[in-house]
Amino acid sequence: MSATQEGTTEMTAPTSIERMALHYEISDFLFREADLLDERRYTEWLAMLADDYQYSVPMRMNVKYDDVDSLEQTRAGAEVCWFDEPKDTVEMRVTQLQTGVHWAEEPVSRVSHLVTNIRLDEISLPEVEVSCRFLVYRNRVADETDFLVGRRRDRLRKVGDDWQVCRRTLLLDQSVLLAKNLSIFV
Amino acid sequence: MSIEDLERSAEQIRVSDLIDVESGQISREIFVDERIHKMELENLFPRAWLFVGHASQVPNAGDFFSSWMGSDPVLMTRDDKGEVFVLLNSCRHRGMRVSRYDEGNTMQFTCPYHAWSYSIDGSLVDVPGDLHGVPHMKSAYQGQLDKAKWGLVRCPRVHNYKGLIFATWDPEAPEFEEYAGEFHWWLDNLTDAFDGTEGETEVFRGVMKWRIKSNWKFVSENFLGDTYHGASTHASVEAVGIGPGGRGKRRHGERQNQGGFSKGRMKTSFRLGHGASDNLGYELPYPEFAEPELTEYFDAAWAKRAEKLRAEGRPLGGRGPATMFPNMSFSAGFPRTILVAHPISATETEVWRWFVVDKSAPDFVREWLRQYYMRYAGPGGMTEQDDMENWDYATQASSGVVARRFPYNYQQGLGRERLSELPGAVHSDHAIAGEVNARAFYRRWAEFVDNLGWPELTRRAAVDDRNDAINAREATES
Repeated sequence: MSATQEGTTEMTAPTSIERMALHYEISDFLFREADLLDERRYTEWLAMLADDYQYSVPMRMNVKYDDVDSLEQTRAGAEVCWFDEPKDTVEMRVTQLQTGVHWAEEPVSRVSHLVTNIRLDEISLPEVEVSCRFLVYRNRVADETDFLVGRRRDRLRKVGDDWQVCRRTLLLDQSVLLAKNLSIFV
Repeated sequence: MSIEDLERSAEQIRVSDLIDVESGQISREIFVDERIHKMELENLFPRAWLFVGHASQVPNAGDFFSSWMGSDPVLMTRDDKGEVFVLLNSCRHRGMRVSRYDEGNTMQFTCPYHAWSYSIDGSLVDVPGDLHGVPHMKSAYQGQLDKAKWGLVRCPRVHNYKGLIFATWDPEAPEFEEYAGEFHWWLDNLTDAFDGTEGETEVFRGVMKWRIKSNWKFVSENFLGDTYHGASTHASVEAVGIGPGGRGKRRHGERQNQGGFSKGRMKTSFRLGHGASDNLGYELPYPEFAEPELTEYFDAAWAKRAEKLRAEGRPLGGRGPATMFPNMSFSAGFPRTILVAHPISATETEVWRWFVVDKSAPDFVREWLRQYYMRYAGPGGMTEQDDMENWDYATQASSGVVARRFPYNYQQGLGRERLSELPGAVHSDHAIAGEVNARAFYRRWAEFVDNLGWPELTRRAAVDDRNDAINAREATES
């Protein structure tokens, strides 16, 4: 990959070394993001999200094998999802957490985001499509414990020296949600 | 109620002893005791009219939707003639759940265990759900098995109320209209389009389903008249403002010139157990939106609805939140959603939420509502999240041996109820004193759970005896 005179990037295939470096850079970005969330540094976290950020968590359904491709998950943009929202709504959620009277998170939960199985699915700089697995562990009050596990697709965009998330679609491996709510950022 | 009392067997428990509507006290046992829960499953859920699903979830022949009625899994199906059926989702041979899909399309349910198959195609069988195919019919049954007798158990009573599918297992139960009573006005506002066009609503695809560690009655009670909890429980979402008016505006989108959300919002309590957080005279115009084209759209809808209803002599209020006895709750405003609290155990409930939209809603309206519903309601909803915290930890902190000795307080507006123009109903005397609704709900609950027969259940609800007390009080005061 090399920068052209117009400042865009030529779409030549990256070398293995370039790919590894990019993989490392993006993994580090995702791990930093997880740290910010788990340390409740929400303002810094929001800065990692692009202004056109769109967050979607379709619901999963039990459907016939033949229907899996078309019907297994509800459609973002048209049907009911656990979440399907722009950055503005995410910012509202942060504001709510910071009121100190958001009882679902008062006292605050202990949360760990584990991000793994990171793969760069598509490199089209300045954007990269990343797939990964997540395990979000939440423990609150005493014995209330939730494991939220599934697949995630992130579209990241290089902005200056760092990255931003511009699209995140998350598939939670539950049809009936076994957690009583989703008051943390999954 | 003492621990000694609790040592009695379930057969000896009389739950009406635990409900004191005269003094406004209700025992915590009804929210945590497994024996009482078993009585509910046996005496209440198989006899009440329950909400199963929405007709728009099964638009075509062969469509089915998996649901629950109390402790039993059911399938809501549509046959080739367009009729909606409710079938027990359990094979008649060894009980296997014939479908574990949440929804789909099929003309036949084939049990995975031994492959008994049940058709919902009325051209193949006399009644949809009848047994159609039995492997080795000749060698195993000498061709003698009476297929007509071994179809999926059909729910004998199914009622389609403007797209809402209700069902009851009890052949003796009164007609749906009688069971709903005058509460139907709230169901009308739920099912009629925003412009008043009758029944022109549907649900978005995707039913939110989630588990809570709480008794199902906490959920029913929350929506049947408890607007008292809003200021504290929902303080955080109110501080943010997620409603139609945009950030910083009230979450329900009420107009700022209405004098507040609660003014005039007296509750409506039905002797049949249903309850609504408002009354038919409480007019709450559609919101002012941050987006002018939405305001324009909903202003036009409101004007059309107002003209239509006034011509019919109908008041414009009655949009809830409300609960239809026992476990279907809904709001007919902003948001407009349906909830069912499915009982799992005394201290666990599976909550389902459907989102309602006008069939004729243009895309920009549909999309705005969809996003608003998701940020408002369900486990990810900024409003509803805080409710679950309360219900779960109220349940936990009410389960202790000592805690159970002390009843909950239901004394809001006690002895201050007001007459209603609606037969079989009274109102609270103040907008915030909603526990009049809860008292009636639990009184009705006890009548079902103590297994009173339908003649007695009907007799008790025929006349709202609360009116006598109100009349006597008013005579004394004047």
